Amino acid sequence: MIHEPSILSVLVFAGFVAITLGLSFYFARKTQSSAGYFAAGGQIHWFVNGVAFAGDYLSAASFLGICGMIAFYGYDGFLYSIGFLAGWVVALFVVAEPLKRLGKYTFADALNSQFQSRAITLSAGISTLVVSVFYLIPQMVGAGTLIQPLLGFPYWVGVVLVGIIVVLIVATAGMVSTTYVQFIKGALLVLFSGILTVMILNRGLKVDTSEEANSPQTMVKLADGSVQINGKPHGHKEGQNDLRPVGHLSKLPGGKTETGPLGPMEYLATLQQSEVVLWPKKETTVDGVKTTTWTPTPTAGSKILRPGNSPTFKGLQSDKLSSRLNFISLMLALFCGTASLPHILIRYYTVKDQAAARLSTVVGIGTIGTFYVLTLFMGLGAMTSGSIDLTNDNMSAPLLAKSFGDLLFAMISAIAFTTVLGTVSGLIVAASGAVVHDLLSSVLRWEMNDHEKVRIGKLSSVIVGVIAIILGIQFKDMNAGFLVGWAFSVAASANLPSLVMLLFWKGTTKQGISAAILVGLFSSLTWILVSEDTFAKVYGFKADAAAAAAMVPFSQPGLVTIPLGFLTLIVVSLLTRKKSAD
Amino acid sequence: MAGLDHGQVHPKEIEDPLIAARNARYGMVLFLIYLAFYGGFVALNAFSPTQMETTPALGLNLAILYGFALIVAAMVLALIYAWLCRAVSPADQSK
Repeated sequence: MIHEPSILSVLVFAGFVAITLGLSFYFARKTQSSAGYFAAGGQIHWFVNGVAFAGDYLSAASFLGICGMIAFYGYDGFLYSIGFLAGWVVALFVVAEPLKRLGKYTFADALNSQFQSRAITLSAGISTLVVSVFYLIPQMVGAGTLIQPLLGFPYWVGVVLVGIIVVLIVATAGMVSTTYVQFIKGALLVLFSGILTVMILNRGLKVDTSEEANSPQTMVKLADGSVQINGKPHGHKEGQNDLRPVGHLSKLPGGKTETGPLGPMEYLATLQQSEVVLWPKKETTVDGVKTTTWTPTPTAGSKILRPGNSPTFKGLQSDKLSSRLNFISLMLALFCGTASLPHILIRYYTVKDQAAARLSTVVGIGTIGTFYVLTLFMGLGAMTSGSIDLTNDNMSAPLLAKSFGDLLFAMISAIAFTTVLGTVSGLIVAASGAVVHDLLSSVLRWEMNDHEKVRIGKLSSVIVGVIAIILGIQFKDMNAGFLVGWAFSVAASANLPSLVMLLFWKGTTKQGISAAILVGLFSSLTWILVSEDTFAKVYGFKADAAAAAAMVPFSQPGLVTIPLGFLTLIVVSLLTRKKSAD
Repeated sequence: MAGLDHGQVHPKEIEDPLIAARNARYGMVLFLIYLAFYGGFVALNAFSPTQMETTPALGLNLAILYGFALIVAAMVLALIYAWLCRAVSPADQSK
C-alpha cells in the first residue's frame, strides 16, 4: 500500500524527536566519568528506573510486532506477550538481587566477580555483542516500517534515520539520556495505548457485507519490476489501483450489524461468537512473474481467539510432535530470555541498592503487564477496523490509530519511533560497554583512562549502529516479534546457564562458565541458521523446500540449546574442579 | 528529580546475610509457584489444545482467561515479593 504523509504527522513526529534529543544533549553536560556514561552513576530513582525498564523492554517487537501478529492471525501474537512478561518473573525472583550484588558495569563483571578470568570476559563480551545485534535487527525493521505511513519515505530511509539519531544520542550522552528517554517513552506508550484501547472499545464491532470488502486481492510483480494491484498498475492516480485496507467482521451474534460501545470483557466475548474475515496469503511464481493472492476467509471468532491460527503455531492444531516441541521451545526461550538480556541486566546497575532494584522491577512488571493486556485489544481492534495493510503486519497498530484520526496516528507513530530510539540506545550502550570494558580493557589489556574509555565507547557505538542499519535493511519483511524471539533464544542459551549456576552452585568453575556461554551462543545461532523458518523467511525457499532443507526437527532452538548450556557448564566444571587440599 | 549529577558511583551497600538469604528463599518459592502456573499453560496448549476453546467464565475462553491470569499473577507475585522483603535491615537503617 502507498501511504500519504500528512503535515500534522510530520510536525508532531519532529517535535517528539526534538524533545528527545534536547533531553539527551541537556544531560550530556552532566556526564563526565565512564561510570556516568555506562551505568548512569547508580543514581536513578527506582520509580523512574522501573518505568524506564518498561520503556527499554517494550520495543518494536511488542508494540508493532505483537499487535501486528494479533491483527493478522488472532491469539498467537498474545503468546509472545505472555512469554515476554513471564520472563520478568525469572528476572525479579531469581536474578535481580544477586546480580546487583556482584557487578559494576557489565554482565561480564557479574560473572567474573569470583574468577577474574579473561576467558569469561571474552565469551561474555562476545555474547553481549551478538545478542545486542540480534535484538537490534527487529528494532530497525520497526523503524523502517514506521517511516512509510508516517513520512511517506521508503523503508530504508526509516532505518538509516533511526540509526543516525540514536548514534547522535548515544555518542553525546550514553546511558543517562537513554534512561530518561525510556522513562518518557514507557509512560507515553502505556498512556496512549490505553487511549487507543478506550477508543477501540467505544467504536465497538461492525459487520461489513459490501461486495468490495469481500473480494480477493492480488499483487503481481512482473519481471521488469513493475507491480500490478487488482489488475491495474500500482498507484493512486486515475486508472491505477492500490491495495484496499482490510479488516472486518462477516457476522455478529444475533444477526446484528453493529454493537455500539462495548466493555473490555464484552468485546472479547462478542468477538468469540462472531465471524471475522481473515486474508490468508498465497504466493506463486510462474516464468519470473510473482503473484500474491489474498483470499477473504470468514473465520469463527472461537478459532481466532485461541492459539494455532498463525503459520508459526498452526502445528499446535495438528498431530505433529515437532510442532508441539517447537511451541514449547519458544515459550521456554521467552521465559528464560528476559533475565538473560544484556541491555536489561545493565539497568540493575543504575539504581543505588538492592531494595531500589527490587522496587524498580516491580514497577517495571506492573507497567509492562498493563501494556501487554492492552496489546490484545489493540491487535484485535486492528483486525476489525478496516485499516490493515496486507503487505505489512508490523504496521497494523499505527494504521489502526490512523483510522481514528491523524492526530492520534501522529502521536502514536512518534511514540513508537521514540520506542525504537530508546531500545536501540540501550542496546548500543550495552554493546559498546562490552567492547570497551570486556574486549578491549580486560581481554586485550588496552590501557585507557576514563576519558579514553568514553571516547572509544562512543566510537564503538557508531560502528554497531552502522551494522544494525545494514542488517535492518536486509530483514525488511519479517515480523518484529518473531525476530525478537530469536534474540531471546540466543540470549537464554548463552547467558542464563552461567548466570543461574554461578548464583546457585558452588562447583561452577571459570572454564565451565566460558564454555557454557560459547556453546550456548554458537549452538543456538547455528540451529537458527539451519532451521525451516530461516530457510523460508530469510533465504527465500518455498514452504515445502524449506521443510526439506531444514537440518533440525523444529525451528526454535531453546528446548535443546538452553539445557545444552547447562549441561556444558556442569560437565566442564566437574572436569576442571580444583582438588581441594585444605 | 533526584540525582541529576550522575558522576558518582554509589558506595557498595552493607547487607545482612541472613536477610539476603531470607529474601532469596522468598524469591525461589514465588518463582516456583509461577513456573508451575506458566508450565501448566504451555503444557495445555501443547498437549490438549482443544481445552483452550472451552468457555468457563464471563463468556471468554480458557486461552484468554489463562493468558490474562498469567499476566495478573506476575504483577501480584511481584507485589507480594516486595512486601515480604520490606522488613527493616541494618542496611536500610543506615540511609
